[in-house]
Amino acid sequence: MSTRVAIVGIGHTVFGATSPGVSYKEMMFEAATKAYADAGLDPRKEVDSFLSCSEDLNEGTSIFDEYVPDQIGGAQRPVYTVGGDAIQGIATAYMQILSGVASVVAVEAHSKASNILTAQRVHALALDPTFVRPLDVHAGFVAGLEADAYLRATGCGREHLAYVVAKNRRNALANPSAAYGAAIDPEDVLASPPAFEPLSELDVSGSADGGTVIVVASEERAKALNGRPVWIRGIGWASGSFSLASRNWAEAEYARLAAEMAYRMAGIKEPRRELQFAEVDDTYSYKELQHLEALRLFEPGEAGPATKEGLTRRDGKFPVNVSGGSLGVGRLLEATGAQRVIEVVQQLRGEAGSRQLQNVHAGLAQSWRGVPTASGAVVILSDE
Amino acid sequence: MSYRRVAVVGAGITKFMRRALETGPELAWEASSMALESCGLALKDIDGVVIGSAPDAFDGVHMKAEYLADGAGGWGRPVTRPYAGGGTGVLLPIHGWMHVASGLFDTCLVVAEEKMSTAHPHPQGAFITIFDNILERPLEPNLIWIFALEMRRYMEAYGITKEEIALVSVKNKRNAMDHPAAQVAGNITVKDVLESELMVWPVNRLDISPVSDGAVALVLASEEKARRITDKPVWIEGVGWNLDTTYWTNRDLAYPEYVERAARMAYQMAGIKEPRKEINVVEPYDPFSYKELHHLEGLMLCGKGEAPKLTADGVTQRNGDLPVCPSGGLLGVGNPIAAAGLMKVAEIFWQLRGEAGARQVPGQPEKGLAQAWGDLMQVGTVIVMGADR
Repeated sequence: MSTRVAIVGIGHTVFGATSPGVSYKEMMFEAATKAYADAGLDPRKEVDSFLSCSEDLNEGTSIFDEYVPDQIGGAQRPVYTVGGDAIQGIATAYMQILSGVASVVAVEAHSKASNILTAQRVHALALDPTFVRPLDVHAGFVAGLEADAYLRATGCGREHLAYVVAKNRRNALANPSAAYGAAIDPEDVLASPPAFEPLSELDVSGSADGGTVIVVASEERAKALNGRPVWIRGIGWASGSFSLASRNWAEAEYARLAAEMAYRMAGIKEPRRELQFAEVDDTYSYKELQHLEALRLFEPGEAGPATKEGLTRRDGKFPVNVSGGSLGVGRLLEATGAQRVIEVVQQLRGEAGSRQLQNVHAGLAQSWRGVPTASGAVVILSDE
Repeated sequence: MSYRRVAVVGAGITKFMRRALETGPELAWEASSMALESCGLALKDIDGVVIGSAPDAFDGVHMKAEYLADGAGGWGRPVTRPYAGGGTGVLLPIHGWMHVASGLFDTCLVVAEEKMSTAHPHPQGAFITIFDNILERPLEPNLIWIFALEMRRYMEAYGITKEEIALVSVKNKRNAMDHPAAQVAGNITVKDVLESELMVWPVNRLDISPVSDGAVALVLASEEKARRITDKPVWIEGVGWNLDTTYWTNRDLAYPEYVERAARMAYQMAGIKEPRKEINVVEPYDPFSYKELHHLEGLMLCGKGEAPKLTADGVTQRNGDLPVCPSGGLLGVGNPIAAAGLMKVAEIFWQLRGEAGARQVPGQPEKGLAQAWGDLMQVGTVIVMGADR
């Protein structure tokens, strides 16, 4: 049995703030068609299993997998939904391949966030209905409290967060698929109105629409295809405390645990030396810093100063979110992790165009499921 | 292809009821704790957690598995939520099997929770949202309508009568009299079914499983771990799942082809060539009385249109040649959707271990099968399990 698993195909639409001309089914079809062409596979004959990553209330449809199979080639085939981020979907594909039940798996995730008219109210439904929801507050308050705890624990200030925003929005200018590229400076972020204090409006990513499909294959199948496989060297996922009352607000426990699992699998002891770049969740500016530290890519409290010094810029020593991240590309619901994985694959294949990094062989993609969750996933990819 | 062996080593269940006072996480905790205690494990022994629940619209809780995670032992662990509507209950141990069969995990806690009572005044209001938002929802369809269509088509295709179908309700509700978690067990007659309130012709009230709250949990372990945990591991020998097209109106509803495809996948893995001869006890999904018959045919345990005769001849009774739904099924035990499917897997676990008490089928069964179904009459999930003999 093969013990190695690769990403052999990627496909995605442009990520736009709205997508009035296409339905979610059309976005899924475009992404799937591109991914199968990229992999050189006939989905009706050569894909064994299909996974769709979504949550019902984001779709406005219950049991969303009902509406998934036809446009991705999955009708009358093994298909199910993973109610989680796309990297959790890739983890499921990874388990299906290693267990021997499938050799090629397609993982679909998309966002039609612009269809959600009452995003704030849907978001509030994710809060504990007994203890938290009755407070009747915007779910974003959780991010504000976390950001405050993080800044207090590390001694960083809002200024450090502002550098994250300016970097990612500028990075997105080089990404033709990104929705929120902008030439802004840290001062602009500091001057923007408060959202969830200490976060300002520009510290919060905007939502975007788009479709993604990622094709994962066993070593045997990956080698038989003519593409350039990118190997999954390690993958991990974890949940911290869902309860707001019992969580450690300063630390991203889920990211630390998920990374420990992925590093163990990949045999990585010193992630900062063994990886050359990372795409990490930056739904809110502080999350990029908090995640970089939880992933052990920076020491506690050092991600902020390092960002200010330019270490994580595209031309820095350890580029982070070259794609633009959620702040630059847009927040893509459960496809957010897929967008990060696709960026890492493109960088490792040398297909990242004007934002291409030089001499990169191993990178990390990380996702977080957003407030109020404490769940996330990590995947380590390499070209060898 | 040889698969890493995975066993079910423990199971737990809450009472199924119309309106639980416990919260969802509390129900999940109760079932999980019972499953762990049943095999002498503690939460620290669990590597990964799989959580399942049907639509978030029932509870109005967005990202429900996140909400359930603390109660299901998910804090600080890898948690995922596999989801295929009504098929979720049997998909859960399939997804859990992948955790262990892949070699990534040695143990996995599989938890299903459902709380339908929070939907006021009735979960039918939530079920409207499963329909196509452009083509179907404007018609304000009721879930029972589409099952009435399917039941009617099944009756028409094979010349089946309502009396023959009612026998399933009679059998399952009686079987459930012996299930301590049962919600709607009873000694009823075919006449009772036919004279119960007409919902949507040809579906009467006693043809339908109830609205329920409840939770079920299983503990899965690798072969090495399982041997240390128990003398009676029950092996997961085959798994299969299959999703048909969204466009259910284009399907012949007389036969669940997706169930056959899922069954073929599971049989191939389990090395089963003649399912009728090799499987000793079966728990097909029975949210409606005709569905048990429909699914027995899809599982190739009898020919198309032949399941009613099997039932009339008593073959599917608990002491028959092929006991079907010895638990009492969804019609008798209840239908907290994801938990109901996992209850069926738990029943096969208890039956194969000889621990089903008054529900035990005779003859030391060696192989059992559980199946669930869901979406727009669209998805089949199948698991084949074997005793250690």
